[in-house]
Amino acid sequence: MSFEPKIVGFLCNWCSYAGADLAGTSRMQYSPNVRIIRVMCTGRVNPLFVLKALSLGADGVLVSGCHPGDCHYIKGNLSARRRFVGMKPFLEAMGIEPERVRLEWIGASEGAKFVEAVNSFVQTIKELGPSPLDGRHNCSGAQIC
Amino acid sequence: MEEVKIGVYVCHCGTNIAGTVDVEEVAKYAEILPHVVVSRHYPYTCSDPGQDLIKNDIKELGINRVVVASCSPRLHEKTFQGALREAGLNPYLFQMANIREHCSWLHEPGPELTEKAKRMVKAAVNRVAHHQPLEIRAVPIFPATLVVGGGITGMQAALEIANSNHMVYIVEREPSIGGHMAQFDKTFPTLDCAACILTPKMTEVARHPFIRILPYSEVDEISGFVGNFRVKIRRKPRYVDEGKCIGCLVCQEKCPWTALSEFDAGTSKRKAIYTPFAQAVPNIPVIDAEHCAYFLKGKCRACEKFCDADAINFEQSELIFELDVGNIILATGFDTFDASAIPQYGYGHYPNVFTSLEFERLCSPTGPTEGHIMLADGRQPDSVAIVHCVGSRDKNYHEYCSRVCCMHALKYSHLIKEKTGADVYQMYIDMRCFGKGYEEFYDRIQDEGVNFIRGKVAKVTDEAISEEEKGKLIVLVEDTLLGNMLRVPVDMVILCVALEPRKDAGEVARLFHLGRSADGFFLERHPKLDPAATMSEGILIAGCCQGPKDIPDSVAQASAAAARALAMIARGKIEVPAITASIDETKCSGCKICNHLCPYEAIFFDDEAKVSRVNQVLCQGCGVCAAACPSGAITHNYFTAAEITAEIEGVLA
Repeated sequence: MSFEPKIVGFLCNWCSYAGADLAGTSRMQYSPNVRIIRVMCTGRVNPLFVLKALSLGADGVLVSGCHPGDCHYIKGNLSARRRFVGMKPFLEAMGIEPERVRLEWIGASEGAKFVEAVNSFVQTIKELGPSPLDGRHNCSGAQIC
Repeated sequence: MEEVKIGVYVCHCGTNIAGTVDVEEVAKYAEILPHVVVSRHYPYTCSDPGQDLIKNDIKELGINRVVVASCSPRLHEKTFQGALREAGLNPYLFQMANIREHCSWLHEPGPELTEKAKRMVKAAVNRVAHHQPLEIRAVPIFPATLVVGGGITGMQAALEIANSNHMVYIVEREPSIGGHMAQFDKTFPTLDCAACILTPKMTEVARHPFIRILPYSEVDEISGFVGNFRVKIRRKPRYVDEGKCIGCLVCQEKCPWTALSEFDAGTSKRKAIYTPFAQAVPNIPVIDAEHCAYFLKGKCRACEKFCDADAINFEQSELIFELDVGNIILATGFDTFDASAIPQYGYGHYPNVFTSLEFERLCSPTGPTEGHIMLADGRQPDSVAIVHCVGSRDKNYHEYCSRVCCMHALKYSHLIKEKTGADVYQMYIDMRCFGKGYEEFYDRIQDEGVNFIRGKVAKVTDEAISEEEKGKLIVLVEDTLLGNMLRVPVDMVILCVALEPRKDAGEVARLFHLGRSADGFFLERHPKLDPAATMSEGILIAGCCQGPKDIPDSVAQASAAAARALAMIARGKIEVPAITASIDETKCSGCKICNHLCPYEAIFFDDEAKVSRVNQVLCQGCGVCAAACPSGAITHNYFTAAEITAEIEGVLA
């Protein structure tokens, strides 16, 4: 059976979650691999949530919020961006490919962009293969859960 | 602590969900999840009987947490929270699983859909077990309203609200209000003149004690939330002092430089200092710096010399100011399709091919020909072809119907017959005369001797193949009723161009956090039942920015949007989500990291206790502080670490 990655998406309520809704209302098609968790702002996404998702078997984590300058809470997405930059070397040190975590800016009117982002991310993760943290795939990688 | 008892309700949403997701199986799966006491599926959970199901279970079975698996929480979270409240349960003991927008509508039908829906329900069940009751807060709102766009729609909305003695600001990017309607000659089907019904309204708006027009201005930024928006307005420099100008327009007369008139759709010239049209409101000219000799070459200042009121001010700069408003109504209108995108129709190539908007100006007594319908060389046409659906109902351009063209084409037929007696040919795909009195108008025009040819025009050319065609424009069209190819020689061609979203509709949508439908127009909250509201609370839409429509429909939608705004103004306050942050003082180390992160300065440091505290009134509930706190002392209510972690576990189960 081909590898179907599990992807967790943290989407902000105001832009990206609305964009994902729009993709649905417009009946655009995308891969069912992504499971969406709504947060009020990407600034709420504690890097520990990302690590938690990876340790529980996610093969990739998508964090998506309003475009810089468009944040419903003025600048929460900028905090998310800073944390994201800080998290990358940590992931590498843990033996996790940093490409498994992706940050996107998707507005409420960008349903098509959301679909594109999900499909391209799923493709990337498929190329990377199962997460080294996920025991289900009989991988000998590190276990932090 | 009381025992957690969860009720799960899986919605069919008719066939929207049940058509692709096995709802019965999902409901059955939920039965065995921890703490679940009851799990049901129902055709329309948002309906009254659907909500009653939940309310009864709260009363009869004592459930104290509710999960509804249906549509987006952005659509019905409030509906179900209301049901909980009516049954005496705190509305925050609730969680939605969005198995419609994020599941059933998105993927090819297959067993994965049911599996995905199960994971989503499990995540919601996991999460809701951690939910705690939260206190609902009410905050006062700003009673003023901002209307963006001063066309007929914006004016109507503004008047409806202002007549209740509440302040309305109209932001208009052009130098005058009036919009497209001011450019029209007559209006269908009654043939009353557009200016005669519009200009009194413009004056009423200008004189209204509760309306302030902000002309030549645009919205730069918007912050805050429903009921409490702060809007940054940028007023472009007019280079004319509005306080001093008396509107004598001597400057316009004396100005030696010209440019194409936007108001006349490019059919005439205007000066570099100008008012768009004689009845402009406000009747104050503006200098177009891109065409003014002084701005381009540093010399001229003729307007300044002749202005007795000393009102010209070349030093004027942009003015940026802020307004506090509770509601925003967008009435930004439409642009017309650029006919030169269809080269075979010859627009821009043959001088006697006009667009509908240009023809409106040719017909208008205030237009370049003072209402005389004439060709580019000044002759009166003997024959005119009116081409329907230019850019509309065409997969290459816009798939949608622009809704007004059939009717204005009929109006043009009448005006041409009346003013010139010329032969008129209508080339149409289908006649769509759907409004009140429209079909009767169509009958009347047929009786006036207009030729109707059913078929889409292939080409407009000047290549004559007979004596009769020489010097004419020949319209090539298939008459699909007779099955013949026709060559119709005419003097003038009018292209009924599509109504399309404003060029900057994408940027405006981003600024106001709006969605857009596939056609590019702003997306309403519900296509049938909530056409004036949007997914952004407190931001309403009306008129052609939501989709092509005629004047009666635009006005009706404007009033609907105004009623929405007035309902909130009358209440005077709104309930805001109880989603805020709070700090556990016993855990706070006093590092102040959160103090600087908060975008609302809602966190302050208590110097005596050496801990940070959250001002609950200022807190907007973004949760940035909670993610940053190194001690884990900050709880983001409704999005606590425990709740989110439980949700992560659920989706990955």
